[in-house]
Amino acid sequence: MLAEYLPIVVLIVLATGLAFIVVALGHLFGPRKPNPVKAEPYESGMRPYGPGRRRVSVHFYLIAVLFILFDIEIVFILPWAVVLREIKMVGLIEMAVFIGVLLAGLIYAWKTGALEWE
Amino acid sequence: MDWQDFLSVLPFIIVAGWATILLLVDLWIPANRKGITAGLAVLGLIAAIAAVISRFGIEREAFDGMIIVDGFSSFLQLLFLGVGVIAIAQAYDYLRRRDIERGEYYILLLYSLSGMLLMASAGDLIVVFLAVELLSIPLYVLAAFAIPKADSEESALKYFLLGAFASGFLVYGIALVFGSTGTTALSGMVAAIESAETTPILLLVGSGMILVGLGFKVAAVPFHMWTPDVYQGAPTSVTSFMAVGAKAGGFAALLRIFISALPGAAVMWMPLTMWIAALTMAWGNIAAISQTNIKRMLAYSSIAHAGYIFMALPAAATPEVAPEAVRAALFYLVTYAITNLGAWGVVLAMEKAEGSGLEIEDYSGLGKKRPALALAMALFMLSLTGIPPTVGFMGKFYLFQVVIDANLIWLALVGVVTSLISAYYYLRVIVVMYMRDGEPEVRSEALLNSTIFITAFGTFFFGILPGFLLKMINQVSLLDLFR
Amino acid sequence: MTIDLVLFFGLALIAVVAAIAMIASRNAVYSALFLVFNFLTVATLYLLLNAAFIAVVQVTVYAGAIMVLFLFVIMLLGTERESIGGRIRWQMPLSIVLGLALAGELAYVLLRNDIVQGPLADLTVEFGSPASIGRVLFNEYLVPFEVTSILLLVAMIGAIVITRKQREEGK
Repeated sequence: MLAEYLPIVVLIVLATGLAFIVVALGHLFGPRKPNPVKAEPYESGMRPYGPGRRRVSVHFYLIAVLFILFDIEIVFILPWAVVLREIKMVGLIEMAVFIGVLLAGLIYAWKTGALEWE
Repeated sequence: MDWQDFLSVLPFIIVAGWATILLLVDLWIPANRKGITAGLAVLGLIAAIAAVISRFGIEREAFDGMIIVDGFSSFLQLLFLGVGVIAIAQAYDYLRRRDIERGEYYILLLYSLSGMLLMASAGDLIVVFLAVELLSIPLYVLAAFAIPKADSEESALKYFLLGAFASGFLVYGIALVFGSTGTTALSGMVAAIESAETTPILLLVGSGMILVGLGFKVAAVPFHMWTPDVYQGAPTSVTSFMAVGAKAGGFAALLRIFISALPGAAVMWMPLTMWIAALTMAWGNIAAISQTNIKRMLAYSSIAHAGYIFMALPAAATPEVAPEAVRAALFYLVTYAITNLGAWGVVLAMEKAEGSGLEIEDYSGLGKKRPALALAMALFMLSLTGIPPTVGFMGKFYLFQVVIDANLIWLALVGVVTSLISAYYYLRVIVVMYMRDGEPEVRSEALLNSTIFITAFGTFFFGILPGFLLKMINQVSLLDLFR
Repeated sequence: MTIDLVLFFGLALIAVVAAIAMIASRNAVYSALFLVFNFLTVATLYLLLNAAFIAVVQVTVYAGAIMVLFLFVIMLLGTERESIGGRIRWQMPLSIVLGLALAGELAYVLLRNDIVQGPLADLTVEFGSPASIGRVLFNEYLVPFEVTSILLLVAMIGAIVITRKQREEGK
């Protein structure tokens, strides 16, 4: 049973390993000439001083919520995709209605400018 | 699954689908013409009313028992749709006056209504849960509609947090009941309890948690703490809809779950509901006495009325009385809806653009300045107290009778005594309107006035001639799930 | 010891360590990341129980969506490094009492296996698979499924309506 998941384990190991290797390679072969200016957090001439807490635009929150809603959609699409061959046309219509309703939401979000970033 | 099944949920499909279409149509309606959205929303509701009427008297289960169509669901759906029409009419001018008019208001209201419609015909605890959420989430947003006004924000936040908390109780209770009976279908639960193939402790804790979750929704003591603040802070037109619609929706679920699906467990929930009813009546009425703000007073009044309707549950624990108890509760819901929509309508007429004019003192001199409005308000206050010749009297009379039939004399006594207490603060409004001098500033908006007129007429008409309503309710029964 | 048992103990150890690290770390962002790690190990535990669908939901919804929201809120409020001093005083004793109560409950259920009186469900390996859930979801549970889409839509409208004023002012 669990052997079915072996490819996923291999993938995870490869992905993690690759990340480590890339970082390690940079350390090994990259030129390193540190100086005080380079060590500063930003190099645009602005000293990053100021209060640690800043008000962040509520837009971040909105994007996060929209992301969650569409993410939950995936949870429903997954079992649908697995059984689509069995439930055929009826299943297709059911999912079309489901996505259609959420599509209305997307159009609404789009038209009201919720996705724009000023 | 066949076409009959789709006809069974047609009212829900119409309202939810129409709301989704309106959501898109509204994008192209200019900001100063949002009356079009309101009108279209009402059209959708009328279509849904026609759909409900066309299948009146039909009893069936649809979608493998997920949906139940019976007299109970059809009657409540008519009530909800009627409330929806009045709520839209009340909101239109108010939103313009307070400068918060947006098309989304009517759309969210339709979605909330669709949740109530679904609730009325839910045949499965999962559908009940989804219906609760569908009726609540738009209400959270509507309560926040006057953002960035601080009181509206406060109202929405409190309503949302406590509502989410209550939903947690509800869904956990559903899980435990499922654990005990092995099903979420209401009909299956009856069978499981009959055959004693249940785990009693899980059933007890589970149904208790469902009671808590829905108790929050209908604002029953001790789950009422949010009510005054939320009702006061929300835009008044939202409060009006919330006080009537959300409460009726909650009771739809309570009656359906406890009376038709869990009669076998009545020994467990009967004492609980009895105490909740008694405490709610007592505390709601006592706390209302000291209120000076009309919105807060009506909020406590709505808590008290939840207590009266709650009495139907312990009464229904006696099997012979159960059908009559359901009818009495439905009748009371109608009286509550008509009277409260009217009273909130008067509050809407008295509220000034910046949100003041909500103290009971502000009603001084209304009797001289606007006799018709004052008369309507007096009628609503009498009806809320339960004094003839108003519909409120008929509602209380019917309900108390059922409670006495179930041999709960002391509970009926609590009801009568608390009604007497309530006379103090309801009649005070009448005294202030007629006996005090003052120069109230009152709106006169055609739509709002007509809703006040209709509800006042209903309060009076059904008060002296309740026959029509009673005849309709006598045909109502919960679809017998024992078959 | 079977391979399943070895896997279980290994994963359980990681899950517990991640959970402790989440509580112990002072930086809220680190806590959130440890929580993600915990969610992922728990997801693999679900796989061990043949509950593939729940494992997928655990990864997409919890480790994905919910954690994104957590991180957003931490950043929005700017509470990455909250000082420990501001704790509620009775938090510690209360958590100990509640923890003991939970442990007692679990012990009770484990030791007294007669608490379940109804018939125990006879489940096949297929029970928790996405396919069997899909079969039920798109037949018996069609109504709840479609209602869910409306619920998601309403949540979307709500989020947009509530933030609209602030977004307009922010322009």
